[in-house]
Amino acid sequence: MQKTELTINRKKRSIEADPRTTLLDALRHHLDLTGTKKGCDHGQCGACTVLGNGRRINSCLTLACMHDGDEITTIEGLGTPDDLSPLQAAFVRHDGYQCGYCTPGQICSATAMLQEVAEGWPSNVTEDVEVAPPLSREEIAERMSGNICRCSAYPNIVKAILEAAEADQ
Amino acid sequence: MRPFNYSRAETEKEAADAGSDGATFIAGGTNLLDLMKLEVMTPDALVDINPLDLKSISTTDDGGLRIGALVTNSDCAADQRVRHDYPVLSKAILAGASGQLRNKATTGGNLCQRTRCYYFYDTAMPCNKREPGSGCGAIGGVNRLHAILGASDACIATYPGDMAVALSALDASVEIRSANGNMRSVPVTDFHRLPGDTPEKDNVLETGDLITAVTLPPPPGGTHVYRKVRDRSSYAFALVSVAAVAKMENGKISGIRLAFGGIAHKPWHDPAVEDVLTGESPSEALFDKAGEILLKDAIGQGSNDFKIPLARRTLSAVLRQATASGASA
Repeated sequence: MQKTELTINRKKRSIEADPRTTLLDALRHHLDLTGTKKGCDHGQCGACTVLGNGRRINSCLTLACMHDGDEITTIEGLGTPDDLSPLQAAFVRHDGYQCGYCTPGQICSATAMLQEVAEGWPSNVTEDVEVAPPLSREEIAERMSGNICRCSAYPNIVKAILEAAEADQ
Repeated sequence: MRPFNYSRAETEKEAADAGSDGATFIAGGTNLLDLMKLEVMTPDALVDINPLDLKSISTTDDGGLRIGALVTNSDCAADQRVRHDYPVLSKAILAGASGQLRNKATTGGNLCQRTRCYYFYDTAMPCNKREPGSGCGAIGGVNRLHAILGASDACIATYPGDMAVALSALDASVEIRSANGNMRSVPVTDFHRLPGDTPEKDNVLETGDLITAVTLPPPPGGTHVYRKVRDRSSYAFALVSVAAVAKMENGKISGIRLAFGGIAHKPWHDPAVEDVLTGESPSEALFDKAGEILLKDAIGQGSNDFKIPLARRTLSAVLRQATASGASA
């Protein structure tokens, strides 16, 4: 068994688990934070996306014990039903989902993605990688390609992200 | 996933000692844990090398860059020096995986990425890379992703990465710490190997070797292009990719470096292709000639036959783009 101490959604938490425990399983099974979803469990769908020290990661492809001392933010840490984050509110307003299973991952991913854009990171569709690109539908689609929506709510997901990004400026 | 012992290495020596005892290094873990879940890889011990001080990008004495082995793909692609002086590297990294994976994947780990051959991933199938001597399911099987150059009777797998293709075009080197503490530098073009009759060995790393950095020569200048052809426009492995760094003088190609992904067991680099282009004026006939040289020994395996014309056309398209800026100068 491996003892790991993490800060999750600004609270100190501690778990003792088999080293095989992924961060995803630790969140869901050891810490009762079931907002983070298990989709493919192989890093292909993005449903398990959380923020690790502010960066978006697939919680299924990392071991909980490798995050000793890290700050993890899950969907539960971004907003509450009474106090939605701007992206959560935009997803509701634009109906950025059908079944909702991918939504926590989409919103965690988009939250960090907008930060990456704010820091001037280029993407695969950025014309000149030296220049920080403005956010466009094409940039959002490329940057969010690690989050799959099997209901294919993509048009409304992109609208919600664009609106939240514009409101932030 | 099979049980394993987990430990952390605080120093390179601790890591190397654990590696010499048979432990597998874990950094980002995005490929390793995927393979461990499928029991394609079943290490008895994992040594977490994340505490090591290998997370910075620094300038070298000769004006190049040294990228620490633990620099994430995201941080490398977003680094201003990389974007300005080695844009082909940023482009290649950004063409691979997803934002989430690039945030975890590291420079050293990405070099060690395993093949995406379906038979390697499926433990019910024969695979000489996973289980030496068991045979190759891909030869005569489904082999759409597979090699057209440098394959063997034992293995036709491809190296799947993008970053190493750009590093090959940039003439980068891998800095390796041996188990005994000695340092050596291996050109990226010599780091991965062809399968031969030992396809279980992807690269030249020996037991206890630790990648500490990738070093880039001084900025090469010129036009940088990375073109990746794949089944969907994002988050898919290359069918064919081409990295190019081209310099033009008086309308002629004064220098060019080219490397190819998705077509062999390693990033493919053929100096004869560069030689035929150097000193010449760009033209479609010249590009065709370069493609002929590149592919003179290419062999299709059935479902990947299309890669031969695809590689030729992708090379022409990249050369057109890379030489356009100075063609009329």
